[in-house]
Amino acid sequence: MTSIDPADSGSWPLWEVFIRSSRGLSHVHAGSLHAPDATMALRNARDLYTRRNEGTSVWVVPAEAIMASDPDSKGGFFESPQGKSYRHATYYTQSEGVKHL
Amino acid sequence: MSFASHDSATRQSQGEAITPEEIASSDAVADEATARYAMILGDDALMLSQRLSSWISRAPELEEDVALANIALDLLGHARFLLTYAGTAWGKTEDDLAYFRDEEEFRSCRLVEQENGDFGRTIARQLIFSTYQHQLYSRLVHSTDPTLAAIADKALKEVQYHQDHAAQWTLRLGLGTEESSRRIQDGLDSLWSYVEELFLDVDPIPALGDVAVLPSSLREDTLHRLREAIEAAGLTVPEMSGAYGSDRTGRFSEQRGYILAEMQVLARQHPGATW
Repeated sequence: MTSIDPADSGSWPLWEVFIRSSRGLSHVHAGSLHAPDATMALRNARDLYTRRNEGTSVWVVPAEAIMASDPDSKGGFFESPQGKSYRHATYYTQSEGVKHL
Repeated sequence: MSFASHDSATRQSQGEAITPEEIASSDAVADEATARYAMILGDDALMLSQRLSSWISRAPELEEDVALANIALDLLGHARFLLTYAGTAWGKTEDDLAYFRDEEEFRSCRLVEQENGDFGRTIARQLIFSTYQHQLYSRLVHSTDPTLAAIADKALKEVQYHQDHAAQWTLRLGLGTEESSRRIQDGLDSLWSYVEELFLDVDPIPALGDVAVLPSSLREDTLHRLREAIEAAGLTVPEMSGAYGSDRTGRFSEQRGYILAEMQVLARQHPGATW
């Protein structure tokens, strides 16, 4: 090992783990872990996150492949839908004669 | 006793896998020979579990720490089943057999008693033993003894994973760096003389017929699979003869006494202690 960069002191890359608890549901983020490659990441995920029969399917994704929104961003990014109640179905009144809505 | 396990297509149930307590409270009583056989299998699992658990807090990464601890716990589970069942023949509990037998009363093989060494050596031992154990349990599920068959059925799923874990690491160490390849090859070389002991038809196994799996019948498939895994990792299958005195009695085992000293000290200094 000739790793010199202290920020990368030979440690394994980070992976995000998504688990589907039962068929028909979506995969849900369960946590993260370190692993040398995707195959081992899947096995580590099995060891760390499915110990109590939680899963029927596991996804692992390299953490660096995820583009995340800025946790501090509110205003323009998340709050602009406020007041736009016309984006909700309940905003609209039911037209006469429509029976099955 | 119900050994059925129900998983639906959409969800894994909590499971109704057999438990050691069920064996203890059931009517199943092992006869003398079956009990001695169960003890051989149970002692192997117990010793390896004890060895592997020494990795806890010392593995190369936290994730691998958990993986090895998981495997150690699976093996401890197998030992609990097998020793509980063996104990029914003599009115003893799993704890009686684990904590209050002396060195020469255990029947473990020397492979599982070997020191962990470095991670490469531990993986080499895992590869050899889990490959053997996988072959063993996939045949023991057909045992004419329903309790042994149920234990094997439970253990087989776990051992499949142990084998996969070891094979994956063998590939990565073998094909990794010069250093990692050297280390796992050293591990294989240092352990290989203990492989033949796994396939010895020691008493009372030949007399048990379809209750047991004849160790010699596992030899060809086990060695074949080991050869595949080792060569796939660019490593060399060691060529050496088996070590002498391989009869599971412990008379020629340097390690067993040290393992037992650590494993049994608390139970013997404080008999009946619970924690």
